[in-house]
Amino acid sequence: MPTKPETLLSVDDLQVHFALRGGAFGRLFGRDTGSVRAVDGVSFDLRRGEVLGVVGESGSGKTTLGRAILRMVPITGGRVVFDGHDLTDLKESQLRPMRRQMQMVFQDPNASLNPAMDLLTAIGHPLRIHGVTDDEDQIRREVCAALERVGLVPVEQFLYKYPGDLSGGQKQRAVIARAIILGPDLLIADEPVSMLDMSVRAKILELMLDLKNELGLTYVYVTHDLATAKFFCDKIAIMYLGRIVEYGPADEIYADPKHPYTQSLLKAIPEPDPTKSLPRDLPRGEIPDAAVPPIGCSFHPRCPKAFEICGWESRDLRDLIERHWLAHPDTEFDQQRRVVGNIDALDVPAVRAHLPAGVGHTAADVKDLLDQIRTDDPREPLWTGVRDVRPGEGGVTVDFRDDFVDPPLYDVGAQQVACLLYRPDR
Amino acid sequence: MTSEFMAPTATTADAPTVRRGRFAGIRRALAPVKEARGLPKWVLYVGLAIVLIFVIFAIFAPWISPYHFDQYLDSHGHRFPKSVVGGHPSAKHWFGTNALSTDVFSHIVYGSRTALEVIAIAVVISMLIGVPLGLFSGYYGGPLDRTLVLINDAMFAFPSLLLAILVAFLLRGKFSFLGDSFSGIMSAAISITVIYIPQYFRVIRNTVISVREEPYVEAARVLGAKPRTVIARYVFGNVVQNVPVIATLNAADALLTLAGLGFLGYGVQPTEGAEWGYDLQRALGEASGGVWWTSVYPGLAIVLLVTGLTLVGESLNDLLNPVLRRRQLLPVKITGPELEMANADAAMEERS
Amino acid sequence: MSSLPAAPASDAVLSVRDLKVWYGTTRGAVRAVDGVSFDLKRGETLGLVGESGCGKSTLGRGVLGLLPDAAKRAGSVMFEGQDLITMPRRQLRALRGPKLGLIFQEPMTRLNPLMRVSEHFYETLHAHESDLTKQQMRRRAIDTLGEMGIPPTRFDNYPHEFSGGMRQRIMIALALVLNPAFVVADEPTTALDVLVEAQILRILADVKRSFDTAILLITHNLGIIAEACERVAVMYAGRIAEQGDARAVFARPAHPYTRELLASTISLSTTSLHYIPGAPPDLVDPPSGCRFHPRCPDAMQVCPTRHPPTVTTDLNQRVDCWLHGPDDEIPAGGTQPLQQEAIGVADEA
Repeated sequence: MPTKPETLLSVDDLQVHFALRGGAFGRLFGRDTGSVRAVDGVSFDLRRGEVLGVVGESGSGKTTLGRAILRMVPITGGRVVFDGHDLTDLKESQLRPMRRQMQMVFQDPNASLNPAMDLLTAIGHPLRIHGVTDDEDQIRREVCAALERVGLVPVEQFLYKYPGDLSGGQKQRAVIARAIILGPDLLIADEPVSMLDMSVRAKILELMLDLKNELGLTYVYVTHDLATAKFFCDKIAIMYLGRIVEYGPADEIYADPKHPYTQSLLKAIPEPDPTKSLPRDLPRGEIPDAAVPPIGCSFHPRCPKAFEICGWESRDLRDLIERHWLAHPDTEFDQQRRVVGNIDALDVPAVRAHLPAGVGHTAADVKDLLDQIRTDDPREPLWTGVRDVRPGEGGVTVDFRDDFVDPPLYDVGAQQVACLLYRPDR
Repeated sequence: MTSEFMAPTATTADAPTVRRGRFAGIRRALAPVKEARGLPKWVLYVGLAIVLIFVIFAIFAPWISPYHFDQYLDSHGHRFPKSVVGGHPSAKHWFGTNALSTDVFSHIVYGSRTALEVIAIAVVISMLIGVPLGLFSGYYGGPLDRTLVLINDAMFAFPSLLLAILVAFLLRGKFSFLGDSFSGIMSAAISITVIYIPQYFRVIRNTVISVREEPYVEAARVLGAKPRTVIARYVFGNVVQNVPVIATLNAADALLTLAGLGFLGYGVQPTEGAEWGYDLQRALGEASGGVWWTSVYPGLAIVLLVTGLTLVGESLNDLLNPVLRRRQLLPVKITGPELEMANADAAMEERS
Repeated sequence: MSSLPAAPASDAVLSVRDLKVWYGTTRGAVRAVDGVSFDLKRGETLGLVGESGCGKSTLGRGVLGLLPDAAKRAGSVMFEGQDLITMPRRQLRALRGPKLGLIFQEPMTRLNPLMRVSEHFYETLHAHESDLTKQQMRRRAIDTLGEMGIPPTRFDNYPHEFSGGMRQRIMIALALVLNPAFVVADEPTTALDVLVEAQILRILADVKRSFDTAILLITHNLGIIAEACERVAVMYAGRIAEQGDARAVFARPAHPYTRELLASTISLSTTSLHYIPGAPPDLVDPPSGCRFHPRCPDAMQVCPTRHPPTVTTDLNQRVDCWLHGPDDEIPAGGTQPLQQEAIGVADEA
């Protein structure tokens, strides 16, 4: 892939799939136990001096993406090109010298420093690792400079401290000092402030911004927090279930979020203002299991704007029936539950769902139940994706549309959005 | 006027500044021992005191012991009494004499030397082999790890004394180049070593597996450190605190194994040194004849030294094991606001 | 000195007066909670907010008596006419569950992985309302779970079959199924994602209405307070710096600490980064007078000399700050600005 001179980092269709460790038997007989697509085809370019915010909930693959860029997890597909060098196929020994230019700041400052090393040793260690110098005095000088740069002054007070003697904010400063001592170009910051107290978050963010300007750093800022990302980032990539669902300049995304997921995320942040309250139309449910992602658009089961071709399937039907029972939990549930047989039959993802009838009930009873659910809430978007509901042998077969689309990123103004609402032909 | 009231944060100002030095790391690791109080502290001290007595016996055996362990003639060439014929504990022989007319007290004193030599050699060798194996196996994982774990488990499944006997049998006479007295100690020590390597291996490997996942180990890899550096500088220092605990507990167990070997005749031979297990075995036959001192004193020595080592090991475990180590909470008395002011004044005076 | 009446308000479920919780350590007594008073009405949610190390969690647990033996408590916690501080331990234990509840931060560690959700409910209900039939217990449990959005079909599943948010809902249902009058929720959404957090906050708001439970919601997130609480208490160094109606406190914070805390919160409407220098003090040896004075931008000469008495403002906020007087207690020249020592990174949190 050709790299523009000012492009520092270029990620192209990056995939990180983890093989699932099945049960002991499965492994013994070499049975295929499937895989989790932690990162599933992510592409972006990052120019020198830019800050990219990778934002997502837990399970979105944002942390894995950060690690994959540094080749800390095995890459199963795609390419990572850093400063003109393709890192994808380098051996660990070839990669090691390049690590000088790419560093990382971790989420938990309490665990990212070796508890058995004082700060002088810990922050100076990169110099020894890369053979920059072995001279005690020079290491000391450079460590002092780094400590000063991150604001841990007076340095004499910190040089011989162990991580256990420092507060959370001080530890994170030390981690940053260790990361910058080799003069890197790229810094991956994985939730650097999420474990810190409110009162110091701003200080650490400010420090990182200062360092960016002084040292010309480029950041990938991995976070679940859209509020801090707003302060920090030039570009934003919103991730959901291993993919980027919206990508674009930060200003545009905050001013006019396009993807329903981005819109909900922005609305769900509780503001410290009691006159504003959270909207009631937030997405239901949680991020689904990445081992068996939803058919079609991954977000459709939770999406308030989902429609015909988003990928309606059997599991959505189960959710719908359960929601119906949730709304009528009393005697109605006990009675209706018996109409339906094994509801777990719907857990296998498919566009043709078979809902078995319960003992002593017929397919017509099941159909009646579905009809009742439909009349209760005719605007439920799932029905737009249903082609046919027909009673059959021992139960009801529900056929969903099979012309669903798994949305790629569409260009919408300055943004790219993976949502069918923005399909050009629509 | 504010300076006196500047809030020292709990984390920074009050933490004792640890001076840098050659042994700073070790001192830090052992810091909880110094801060120990209450029961664990007393258990540790009692254990240490017991062990210390035997260490003194071992080091100064020729000076403490009235006779050599295989001496059966006094300075005038008269034979000491045999146990059954007047070998009772007496002013001349505090703990009496045994069937071979040697002095029981001297056997106890020289026996500590044998015991501690064997224990020290066994512990050091099994540590030197078990710890690195555990480090590499745990860090790299994979087939090497699986094979070692399998061997390790197989050795656990095997009765340990039997294993020691087998090895002792195989090693008999192999160390004769070391000289008479030392060859027996060496072969006994190595037979015991074989049993204890798996214990170090297992504990170290399991700790390494959890430490390996710590962000600071990942951080070291991000820094570009080679696996060797990661193990030596980031992993080792954080698993090594388990070693003193296993070492002391193993030492206690090793002593029992040594005595067992001796009792069965596979340990240190009577010509090579005094050994309590062997003495016990010799004493068995006489015990029914009213000769109690030849069995009670060596037995007591074994029990005491094992107890001492176990006490040290258990209290170290209490003090050094972060899972067992809970924050010390002391009784507190809530005082009224008037007292509070008085306390504050006193504290200020103290500081100025 | 306190403007709270000595007797509990007549409509209060819980009345805490001058509560102290101290721990003994090798360095001296840690005054984790040091003279806290508040009231909670039926169906009301009081948000307790502050930096870490301010004694929030200790206060929550201290009220319920869930503290290590070495912690000493003083003051009074009146609940339904009984003092929970002097109450015998057994009697207090019997109250926990049916009358007093606790919702933890990490739900998975509180659910037994070997027990079905249904069994958790049967156990709880059976322990405290043993006259219920199994069918009645099932009905109660399913209804409560339904309020939390857990469908009845999942009643017999094991905890590991639920997502993190679902587990927290189950924990809340389990705390509420006995319909307790008072619940402490200790950072109930901290471990959750923002969308799930929003769902749970909404549920908590609904629950309050249907169960009429008084909730003490402990959090470090001011956004959550604004969302879920009618009243707010801002805690600093073991004391409540300010408490009052949430709208009033957020609109016009009376204590400089509240103001600074609000300013340092990063939200979508934040336009510039702001922070409070320094860190919460060591509670073994807290600063004299007002404990916030070393970090306070508005500190006056009087602040380090005496702790300010509690004053009620015109918006009915109760605040401990000399800025609000009483003026007749401030010595002459006491309102002059205080020369403070610069706070470096060395003292940072």
